[in-house]
Amino acid sequence: MLTNHAKLMQFFAVANEVTGRKKLQKMIFILQKCHMPFEEKFAFHFYGPYSEELTLRVEELCNLGFIKEEKEDRSNYHQYHYTITEDGQAFLEQFKKDMPDFSQQVYAMKEKSSRFLELVATILYFDDLSLEESIAKVHTVKPKQKYTDEEIQEAISFIHAIRH
Amino acid sequence: MLYKNEQLHEEKVFKDPVHRYVHVRDRVIWDLIATPEFQRLRRIKQLGTTYLTFHGAEHSRFNHSLGVYEIVRRILTNFEGRPHWNKEERLLCLCAALLHDLGHGPFSHSFEKVFKLDHEHYTQQIILGNTKVNAILERAEKGFAQKVADVIAKTYQDQLVVSLISSQIDADRMDYLQRDAYFTGVSYGHFDMERILRVMRPMEDQVVIKETGMHAVEDYIMSRYQMYWQVYFHPVTRSAEVILCKILQRAKVLYHDSTYTFTLKPTHFKSFFAGNVKLEDYLKLDEGIVTYYFQLWQEEEDTILRDLCERFMNRRLFKYVEFNPNSQMNEWMELHKLFTDVHINPDYYLVVDSSSDLPYDFYRPGEEEERLPIHLLMPNGELRELSRQSDIVEAISGKKRTDHKLYYPHDLLENVSDPRKKKRMKEILIGQGEEKHVN
Repeated sequence: MLTNHAKLMQFFAVANEVTGRKKLQKMIFILQKCHMPFEEKFAFHFYGPYSEELTLRVEELCNLGFIKEEKEDRSNYHQYHYTITEDGQAFLEQFKKDMPDFSQQVYAMKEKSSRFLELVATILYFDDLSLEESIAKVHTVKPKQKYTDEEIQEAISFIHAIRH
Repeated sequence: MLYKNEQLHEEKVFKDPVHRYVHVRDRVIWDLIATPEFQRLRRIKQLGTTYLTFHGAEHSRFNHSLGVYEIVRRILTNFEGRPHWNKEERLLCLCAALLHDLGHGPFSHSFEKVFKLDHEHYTQQIILGNTKVNAILERAEKGFAQKVADVIAKTYQDQLVVSLISSQIDADRMDYLQRDAYFTGVSYGHFDMERILRVMRPMEDQVVIKETGMHAVEDYIMSRYQMYWQVYFHPVTRSAEVILCKILQRAKVLYHDSTYTFTLKPTHFKSFFAGNVKLEDYLKLDEGIVTYYFQLWQEEEDTILRDLCERFMNRRLFKYVEFNPNSQMNEWMELHKLFTDVHINPDYYLVVDSSSDLPYDFYRPGEEEERLPIHLLMPNGELRELSRQSDIVEAISGKKRTDHKLYYPHDLLENVSDPRKKKRMKEILIGQGEEKHVN
């Protein structure tokens, strides 16, 4: 029952707390690209890979009381925080799925900004292209982000580290 | 004259129940419509299993694709001469609109779920592969097929072009809402599209809506919300979809079971079952072929496959109850065991279906840049996100309604011989809430 929900719950259990919807989106996408069996379908959007299925599933987990969503008012926007609840833990105990350990990747991503994860996710989205082509594509689809060569190099090193 | 710019001697029109007429003047568009890959869309229903709930919903992806093309054509007519609009992108927009759903397969959603496929991947393959569609696009301009593929994949450099085909107020949604409302016969789904088209403005990297058109957009958002719950998330359609998925799942299991021999060999499904679907295999399958198999599989030896196909073909669907996976976790586990005990395989006959399993989306204000929202263009030139200006949109884009339903075959429960177990199963399923009959 709710296999894909259970997988996400395992992610929240490992992450402890996730700050930001955009960051959450990019983290799950990057984990997929690290061959973790999350099944949400992603498509490329204005801010990089995005999954409506993931958004809906997280809403379902919140409505079921398995995840707590807290809204924080910032100066000109809201920021959302997600944590697993006791009911969520109980659900996980019953329906935990056999998944590879992805804790190191999650800890590494938590340290990074959503801007950086957007870059990493975008490079990974084009991983069927050569590295040069995917970097060119990043500049094509993200001209406003103005990613520097240093940031791109850091993203490439990051990808290498979390995939190995 | 270059093929890319070639116009037909006279305009061709398709009669259309939603837009009255679909107008074609470009030779490239006319030729694309005539390709086998595009004609195949006639044999794929726009709404999958919805025809089992709303009998009028037999319209195809062909109808819808022409509709999206027509809406984009009208938008571009309005854009002519406006700042930010590059008229050189006109044919690209029209081709992308026409071809955006080219990779959809039969009962797309179920196939994608069971076989882990992605229709967008096949759209790219058809456009970029060795196909008639590709030949026409490349004849128009070398590298043009890649541009069309990029627009559809939303990775094209000009995001204004992308947003016409794919954004939270795009031609795709505007067509399917109206078309699906028309063919299902429901009274939701209608909004003043002409007004929206008149207030759309091209900006650097997106289409925005002139602030005076806000109420027309509110109407569109409300229509979208109502269509989701009244048509797209309809529990009876979901019951048919659950059975369809289970047929495919069962057939796949049997295919990999060396002890089982199909009476009707699943030739057209082989690559799907083997997880190696080539483009040519994909293009061969349409809904006519799929239902042909389902019709004949009603005579298979395997009782589960036979029963599921008989249910689908004769609309003998599963019943359902509302289900809360949190408060009813223990009941679910007990039911699972009871089903197993009485030899009703719960893998096929006890299914939880969630709203997130469906391929439709609500309006998202994109508070944290997870998604680009609809922007209103204010009189002072500022852009404001729609839900910040509209109370109606704010109300429906806040906390979302989600649901989970538990589907099961009521008739099989009636045949359970152990009275104690039968009573307990019914207590859990029917006792806890009103059982919904799928009529």
